[in-house]
Amino acid sequence: MAWLVRRIAASIAIVFAVVTITFFLIRLAHGKPFIPGGDQAVDPAVIAVLEEQYGADKPSHIQYIAFLRQLTRGNLGQSFALQRPVADALAEAIPNTLILTGAALLLDFLLGLGLGVYQALRVNRLPDVVLGNTTLFIYSFPTFWLGLILLLVFGEWLHWFPIGGKTDPVLCPAVDSFRCTLDLMHHLVLPALTLGVVGAAGTARFQRAAMLEVARQDFIRTARAKGAPERRVVLRHQLRNALLTFITRFGLAFPFLLTGAVLTETIFAWPGMGRIATEAILRRDYPVVTAVALVASAMVVAGNLVADLLLAAADPRLRSASADVT
Amino acid sequence: MTEPLLRVRDLKTYFVAERGSGGGTARAVDGVSFELFPGETLGIVGESGCGKTVTSLSILRLVPEPPGHILPGSVIEFDGRNLLALAPADLRAVRGNQIAMVFQEPMTSLNPVFTVGDQIAEAAIIHQRLSRAVARARAIEMLTLVGIPDPAERVDDYPHQLSGGMRQRVMIAMALICHPKVLIADEPTTALDVTIQAQILELLDRLQAELGMAVLLITHDLGVVAGHANRVAVMYAGQVVETATTTELFDRPTHPYTEGLLAAVPRIDAPRSRLHAIPGQVPAATAWPTGCRFHPRCPYAWNKCVAEAPPLLDATAPGGTPHAARCWLVTEPHRRVAKR
Repeated sequence: MAWLVRRIAASIAIVFAVVTITFFLIRLAHGKPFIPGGDQAVDPAVIAVLEEQYGADKPSHIQYIAFLRQLTRGNLGQSFALQRPVADALAEAIPNTLILTGAALLLDFLLGLGLGVYQALRVNRLPDVVLGNTTLFIYSFPTFWLGLILLLVFGEWLHWFPIGGKTDPVLCPAVDSFRCTLDLMHHLVLPALTLGVVGAAGTARFQRAAMLEVARQDFIRTARAKGAPERRVVLRHQLRNALLTFITRFGLAFPFLLTGAVLTETIFAWPGMGRIATEAILRRDYPVVTAVALVASAMVVAGNLVADLLLAAADPRLRSASADVT
Repeated sequence: MTEPLLRVRDLKTYFVAERGSGGGTARAVDGVSFELFPGETLGIVGESGCGKTVTSLSILRLVPEPPGHILPGSVIEFDGRNLLALAPADLRAVRGNQIAMVFQEPMTSLNPVFTVGDQIAEAAIIHQRLSRAVARARAIEMLTLVGIPDPAERVDDYPHQLSGGMRQRVMIAMALICHPKVLIADEPTTALDVTIQAQILELLDRLQAELGMAVLLITHDLGVVAGHANRVAVMYAGQVVETATTTELFDRPTHPYTEGLLAAVPRIDAPRSRLHAIPGQVPAATAWPTGCRFHPRCPYAWNKCVAEAPPLLDATAPGGTPHAARCWLVTEPHRRVAKR
């Protein structure tokens, strides 16, 4: 238990550090808030009033102290650009991001695990070689490029899937929730593929390697010597050990997924946190940028914590090691 | 004489090097024959690389294929059937059930993510279709049998929670849960401390007497053979070079390799002198020497040994127990005069 408490304390410290760095870094960047793009000139007096109204005229460290004071009350501040509380905007966007990253994570791990195990069973035979080269090819796709290609082929040319958004703005409010959910699924396919398929290729490669690594261990030979059928050897003895690698990768996947979500949401106009972050950065909407950093780093840290807990649950050696610490 | 339980005839297990790696075919086991009788312990002795482990793995077809490959013509007869010709399902019914194995490395031979109880019970669940609860009770019985204290608690331990000696006891419990007729113990004590070694070997002797199984004891340690085997087969370069009863072998070693091995054992009852070592080392399995494979290291070798490979020749003394050696000295004993 003490291990868990220490781990959570460390997690909070990490999130705090990320937020602090982001807070100052975004203020060091070129440009200022309240200045619209293009050639439109704005009266400096108006900007001065706005800056004063939002407290952006004070030195950074004063702003930081004010920010922390608000944060302790659970207040993330007022967005410069959206004219609404940051928390409200995020509360709308976070579920959408979770739907997208959740779908991508599922695709990544189910497909990756299945392919990896299948390849390990057919190692160095034709299916393994074909899949091995395919996954390497896909793994080297940049997310934004894959998104644009999928959008072009399946959205623009073939019209199989909508080219953006979460639901159809006309259809969805008019129909019942079941059809609305189907519409959401339909919109989800391309972004989830964009975000999940590259990861799935990576997971497949990791999983294949993990399976083969375990296959060489002495205890696999012991299982065979007992007369265990091949299916039992692979699915019980081999896979159970290879899952440890898989869980470690699960923890590492979160930063990758959230970064990918920023790009994917922008490409597919998915109303999630990533898209809000992109716009906020471009418009120097400091409170939103800081809040997104807070939420995203909390997600990454939580994901790693979950992975560590899963790993401890799955690996008896770690379980007793963490018990020894308490 | 009783029928042998296990009869290995002309076993050849080769390892084919991967394409492009430059190595040739390694003839790790190259025509090994021996018999194992009910209730006896047959020791197989030899240096590292002589093929004893591959021999033991070949019996249950546990050599990874590829690169391993058991040549056609090899026969491993058990219970009237050739194990090498069995369908996979029939072979699995023998593995762990009628013939069981204990491996050298108790640290790595146990699966780290399952409790020792689960791993001991597994063979009983597979072969005897016991329920989990009954199999668990049997696992606890087995832990008691192999002398593990507090078996009802240890059954839920994971391998990393046990010492090396305890783990090897677990391995033995695992192998014996189905009461096999044959136990193959491949260097069961090599990875253990000397005191633990003695305990494990005594345990094996006791269990053998209680359960009436035959043991194939693979070891590089002549001391282990002397104390625990009824008969011995000495292996060198993928072949059996000498077989005899244990006392006969120690009294009258015939093959110069056996002689060298015995001379290399330090003795507490002999006057102190420099320990003898066999010059050179075991040649590579990809290129065994011509003629007698021991001739480059043999103090007696003459031109016949370089040119002609000796068969296993009968060296039984008049009125003595069966003894055979793969050496021309059996036919020309006057040449036993060291050159060096």
